Amino acid sequence: MSGGETPLFEVRDLRVAFGRHGQFHEAVRGISLTVRHGEVLGIVGESGSGKSVAMLAALGLQPEGARVTGSVRFKGQELVGMSRRGLRKLRGSRVAMIFQDPLSSLNPVMTVGAQVAEAVLLHNSGISSRAAMKRAVELLELVAIPQPDRRVNQYPHEFSGGMRQRVMIAMAVANDPDLLIADEPTTALDVTVQAQIMQVLADLQHRLNLGLVLITHDLGVLAGQADRVAVVYAGQVVEQGPVDTLFAAPGHPYTRGLIASIPNMEVEKERLFSIDGTPPPLGRLPAGCPFNPRCTQTRDICRSVVPPVRGAADHTAACHFAFGISANTDNAA
Amino acid sequence: MTISLTAPRKVRRLQWLSLPLAIGAVIVIFWLLATFAAPWLTVYDPLEMVGRRLQAPSWDHWLGTDALGRDVFSRTLHGARHSLPIAVGVVAVAVAIGASLGAVSGFFGGFVGAAIMRLVDVTLSFPPMLLAMAVAASLGPGLGNAAIAMVIVWWPVYARLMRAQVLEVREREHVEAAVASGAGRVRVLTKHILPLCWTPTLIAATMDLGQVILLAASLSFIGLGATPPTPEWGSMISDGASQFYSWWVALGPGLAILTIVLGFNFIGDGLHDYFDPRSK
Repeated sequence: MSGGETPLFEVRDLRVAFGRHGQFHEAVRGISLTVRHGEVLGIVGESGSGKSVAMLAALGLQPEGARVTGSVRFKGQELVGMSRRGLRKLRGSRVAMIFQDPLSSLNPVMTVGAQVAEAVLLHNSGISSRAAMKRAVELLELVAIPQPDRRVNQYPHEFSGGMRQRVMIAMAVANDPDLLIADEPTTALDVTVQAQIMQVLADLQHRLNLGLVLITHDLGVLAGQADRVAVVYAGQVVEQGPVDTLFAAPGHPYTRGLIASIPNMEVEKERLFSIDGTPPPLGRLPAGCPFNPRCTQTRDICRSVVPPVRGAADHTAACHFAFGISANTDNAA
Repeated sequence: MTISLTAPRKVRRLQWLSLPLAIGAVIVIFWLLATFAAPWLTVYDPLEMVGRRLQAPSWDHWLGTDALGRDVFSRTLHGARHSLPIAVGVVAVAVAIGASLGAVSGFFGGFVGAAIMRLVDVTLSFPPMLLAMAVAASLGPGLGNAAIAMVIVWWPVYARLMRAQVLEVREREHVEAAVASGAGRVRVLTKHILPLCWTPTLIAATMDLGQVILLAASLSFIGLGATPPTPEWGSMISDGASQFYSWWVALGPGLAILTIVLGFNFIGDGLHDYFDPRSK
């Protein structure tokens, strides 16, 4: 990948704020990400960290009344402030999305085939409904749903969780998108089914050369899948880097905590590791580093100074003590 | 000891047919029959003097005759030909207006949505009978005008129901998924929201059929609906009210209203149980 190429998807300083009683609180506080063609970016973070909101807002799907600022470029085209019409053309054709709960994401009163066909029809005005239905069968076959020609006429309740998620994936790739955003695609599924769905996703990503954003709260899911990983905490990216270096040498204590929380079959432990405390609520962030109340190595500086982003170009972390460099303003040691 | 090897034969039952639904259906089918076939089911012309005045019920006149010597049974069955079509028409138009305005208000919101709902609030703040009377009086007597008055009174109910349902359904994830796949707003509303919004309106509309018949009869009773000599149940009861000792004059139309309102309520109840089994 040459350096001068425009990235597929580039988010710069994205901020999303929710207003109540005239007061705005930022749920996303300046996230910057880049996804190149055919690259898999994992976004990991706890519930409420703002990872989903950020990606929804990037496609103009923020809840009503939310204020979105910053820049989101898709193939060089600015999406923030784009017209509803322009966004609609992009969604489902060039950029597609998969949601967490595959049952509630499907219309319960439409057959599965009609819904997949709708995804095709929406972005191919010339196509006949018969041809769209034929394409729907092909798409179901593509995501390895057995007997697709029979299954198209069934309703979502006749599908299992994993099969429903396959349908969602089929709808998402119906128009051969360049970018696929998968928001916790396996969270609502059984563990055994999770692996199958990840397999389908990885397979399609390869075959269609998709840029894939994989949002998850399970760092373990990303290990074998992602090229790069961004760790989000309290609406900011606290660490970002290639998956291998990030796992091998995490720079941020939060990332280390997440890695330690992955259950390990080889080591017998009395209790699974967990990070103490909960993420700070909107609008009541602690001073300094937002992670400091939960961090195991908090010093005075962490309580007063917001940590800068440090590290090499492709692996960065927002911690005063990242990569073994101690901050020279540290006066607590 | 003998053990029967054949399983007891299961009586095949229709899953959806509950007792209230069955009773309601029988009553309503009876009145539908009367609506379509009253001239063939009765011997006497409902508008003609066919006997002596104020005769008590007998084999010749099952429900007696009224003050003008007309056959009450015949007039009662013919009354269905006025009441049922009006009830169906009023409810259909009220649902069409109310549901569309409610859906627009719920989905698009904003100034127009708020304006619609304030209009609903204002209309619903009048007692329905009073408002219907005022409108009917200003339009002049006649069943057609009474029907217009009832539509004006009734549509806000469906607007509220539909709006509430749309507000709930539009937050569901499949709607967000549809938006994310590039569907426009009209498509999202008509294909992904409205098909899931009909149940409460359907149940309410069924029950309201009875209520509208009652309201139409009330308007006719006070002279704002049907004009004589139309055999309308409300005006027939009004006739009977002045013949205090000839109880049968009001009995026919009274029973008619009672049974049909009951019938529609039963069907509404049955539908409610069918669509929402948890509420049983």
